[in-house]
Amino acid sequence: MRGFQRWESIGMNDMTLPETNKALSTPSRIASEGARTVRAGFIPLVDSAVLVAAAEFGFARKEGITLDLVKDVSWANVRDRLAFRQFDVAHMLAPMPVASMLGLGSNPSPTIAPFSLGRGGNAITLSTKLYGRMREEGGLADPEDALENARALARVIHLMKENGEPLPTFGMTYPFSSHNYEFRYWLAAGGINPDSDVRLVVVPPPMTSDALAAGAIDGFCVGAPWNMVASERGVGQIVATKQDIWPSAPEKVLGMRPQWAEAHPETVARLLVALDAAARWCDQPENRAALAEALADARYVAVPVDIIRRVLAGAFTIDPQGRQRVVKDYFVFHSGYANYPRPSHALWTYSQMIRWGQATFSRSGIEAAASAYRPDLYRQVLGGPEEAEDFRVEGAEPGDGFIDGHVFDRSMIEEYVEGFAVKAVPPTGAQYQEI
Amino acid sequence: MMHRDLTILVIDENAIRASIIEEGLREAGHAQVTVIHEVQGVARIIETLQPDVIVIDIENPNRDMMEHLFQLTRTVSRPIAMFVDRADSASIEAAMDAGVSAYIVDGLKKERVKPILDVAVSRFNAFSRLQRELADAKSALEERKIVERAKGILMRMRGLSEEEAFALLRQTAMNEKKKLAEIAQSVVTAAGLLVR
Repeated sequence: MRGFQRWESIGMNDMTLPETNKALSTPSRIASEGARTVRAGFIPLVDSAVLVAAAEFGFARKEGITLDLVKDVSWANVRDRLAFRQFDVAHMLAPMPVASMLGLGSNPSPTIAPFSLGRGGNAITLSTKLYGRMREEGGLADPEDALENARALARVIHLMKENGEPLPTFGMTYPFSSHNYEFRYWLAAGGINPDSDVRLVVVPPPMTSDALAAGAIDGFCVGAPWNMVASERGVGQIVATKQDIWPSAPEKVLGMRPQWAEAHPETVARLLVALDAAARWCDQPENRAALAEALADARYVAVPVDIIRRVLAGAFTIDPQGRQRVVKDYFVFHSGYANYPRPSHALWTYSQMIRWGQATFSRSGIEAAASAYRPDLYRQVLGGPEEAEDFRVEGAEPGDGFIDGHVFDRSMIEEYVEGFAVKAVPPTGAQYQEI
Repeated sequence: MMHRDLTILVIDENAIRASIIEEGLREAGHAQVTVIHEVQGVARIIETLQPDVIVIDIENPNRDMMEHLFQLTRTVSRPIAMFVDRADSASIEAAMDAGVSAYIVDGLKKERVKPILDVAVSRFNAFSRLQRELADAKSALEERKIVERAKGILMRMRGLSEEEAFALLRQTAMNEKKKLAEIAQSVVTAAGLLVR
């Protein structure tokens, strides 16, 4: 562990070398960077697959890199260990680098994402009890329609308020997480205010199904395999998947310190080549069985291989009665530039931070948020879409719409946020300055 | 100038370790120490207590919950994770290695907070040491038990004396470059399979 800091300072020498940026330089160069071993923090989730595959199936080794995967228990730890150089890179929630660059959270240290670890894996699960009420009292017509589910929940919450019942408590994973924003997006699309109509709390993913079973929470939004685990146990009903909310929504990214990336251009290049190859491999159906086997291992996700296999296939058991729903492309690790860190995604995240009162809109905020994603690093090594595509209008393409039909144009962030019927009440000042 | 006493909240699911830390902080002259073992209801506790420093076990997955809490309530004014002085990497490393994380109200002077973290770090380390010793003692006892059982099996099945049975185990361990306890375990396992 101690060596990492030294590498960081020695790395200064590398910056004087000509920038080649191709993954073809000699191994002696990489030796001078000192980082043949790359220490990567991860949280045991199925979407750590690209990192696990790179380490387990030879993709990192082929590039001369020993990928040392270190399991952690919280995103706050991952962030801190990356900031304080215990990790070189990390499996991170896509909004984490954005939050860091905006100075949000309790330890905002500069973090960049030159590579996305794929799309998919999230879903929203409600307790069978709450879901039962949606069917009986909420007039739920089509249980496979995520928006219909949200509206039925809204009607049940309305009744709960009328009866003076306690409002539902829902779990998500982290304040700066795709889960937080996706859960809020889904609730709001149904007309539910996530700040005043329900109570949102943080529950660590592996505890979600227990918390649901114990009645501590009434639902959650979390990554795979935990939704499936809850429905298999008969305690939860999956009511929406990420595909329903916005298929392109950014999920996990590879995070690193900008300083480290600058000091180790060759290592970064090799790592990206390895991860790209691993991601491509993960996408191929014939490799899914081997991938599931690896992920199920105690060192990684540590849940039964059968569940992981079905999660990867998007074959959901959505309720305790065993009803099946197959979600196409539930996990996409590579195809359709799934690994390209598209800055318009970072800005969409920023828009949601504004929408829910975590950040305020400013020109400098736009710059900071966009700077978290580094398509330039990706493109140097792997090529990629046209630079002009970096800032796309999101949600406009067929099959990639938002659940509520809104379209995100980064040149109109304020109008976009303003256009939502449900959003946080802007701070009055007093509320936020108190102590 | 006299400072008011800092208010410290210790969150640790391990009650024994928590009390060791609490004791250490009291010994160091901190009277305002509150210890909780679970995060249930922590929001209200933080609101009423208004702690200057929160010490939390780094392996506690509820750290993410704390982050959420700081986003919601402004009662802990601008808490910063852990680290008194970002330039002091030795302290940071020591804390992380020991398994301590902490939140500190921004603006507190580092010379006031550092001794608190030092106490937490040294107590965490002391606790790990204790646990290690306990685990070692336990496994030594287990090993002795298994060797005794293996000896008994050999004495019974091969008509050896106790000394001969022990010598056989030890010789086999040496020949196979394995630990005595491993050989003994094999004997016990094999006997379980064969004799029934």
